[in-house]
Amino acid sequence: MVVAEIRIELKPGVADPEGRNTRKALELLGFNDIRGVRSIKMFEVELDADPAVARQECEEMCRRLLANPVIQKYRVDLR
Amino acid sequence: MKAVRVCVLRIEGTNCEDEAAQAFASVGASPEKVHLKQLLGQCPSDRRRELDSYDVLMLPGGFSAGDYVRAGAIFAARLKSGLRKELVAFVEAGRPVIGVCNGFQVLVELGLLPAMDGTMAEAPEAALYTNDSGRFECRPTLLRQERRGKGPFTAGIPHGSVVMCPSAHAEGKLMFPRGTRRRTLERLLENDQIVFRYVNPDGEYAGYPWCPNGSIYNIAGICNPAGNVLGMMPHPERVLRRETHPDWTRTPGREEGDGLPLFRSIVESVR
Repeated sequence: MVVAEIRIELKPGVADPEGRNTRKALELLGFNDIRGVRSIKMFEVELDADPAVARQECEEMCRRLLANPVIQKYRVDLR
Repeated sequence: MKAVRVCVLRIEGTNCEDEAAQAFASVGASPEKVHLKQLLGQCPSDRRRELDSYDVLMLPGGFSAGDYVRAGAIFAARLKSGLRKELVAFVEAGRPVIGVCNGFQVLVELGLLPAMDGTMAEAPEAALYTNDSGRFECRPTLLRQERRGKGPFTAGIPHGSVVMCPSAHAEGKLMFPRGTRRRTLERLLENDQIVFRYVNPDGEYAGYPWCPNGSIYNIAGICNPAGNVLGMMPHPERVLRRETHPDWTRTPGREEGDGLPLFRSIVESVR
């Protein structure tokens, strides 16, 4: 079995209201030294496949569903 | 008179299908609420339906599949994997397709909008992402009809006129790829693809809260270059009658809601 970590994040320059609002909330809690907060989504996918095949499949998953290339980029890490 | 058959397509999480069906019924069409599985054949045989047997396809609002991953993404991926050929044929035959709210998100994720280089793009060419405010925005919004050309959606809504349609969404900010944003917008204008833009009560293109989401160029709704696929964030099916307008007691003598002419235009275009 292979475990793939699929990380979906916003491309540079795309507004991140969730990150911005989270930063505001953290500052309201008294964290005053924050330089930035970004929201990132992570999927952990377990596959019964060889690592090379698993990576290809995960990239296909990103293209077909998990990432919108207009605003998001993805990275697949196998472990 | 020819019966106009409307497929109001739903999956788990859709919640505006009743209003959508009522909208079409109230202008004389024959709507049917159809679950995606009925079009895919994943159902008892007597409930099987063919997309080709309908004149109009409506993707109503609400949510879909929990709106996990991204709003509309799962609905779009399932449609694309199971019904791509049928959808492309439906659009290429010039039949009207309308997506409202979650339905607009589905059309964008599907690549059926803005679709400037073919009927259905392989990958999304735009995104409807989190509102600038970072939260769900729910209130009446004013839309100016901007499309000059003819088409199935706007015969009853003159160019330049303003209609009230309520918005209710958390992810309605229309975005284009960063590097080609300006060019994409220019092409949309050249192709006459911009149908509705958010305005304030003075008819000006205003920012928040009149534009609830931070959408580029105040865009609320766009169509494909051929003009037969429309996606819009606000909900015309929620303003079929005057009583659902917040100012209805101050506008006596008006029976119809601002959303009705859109549905009448669609049905009359098919007849």
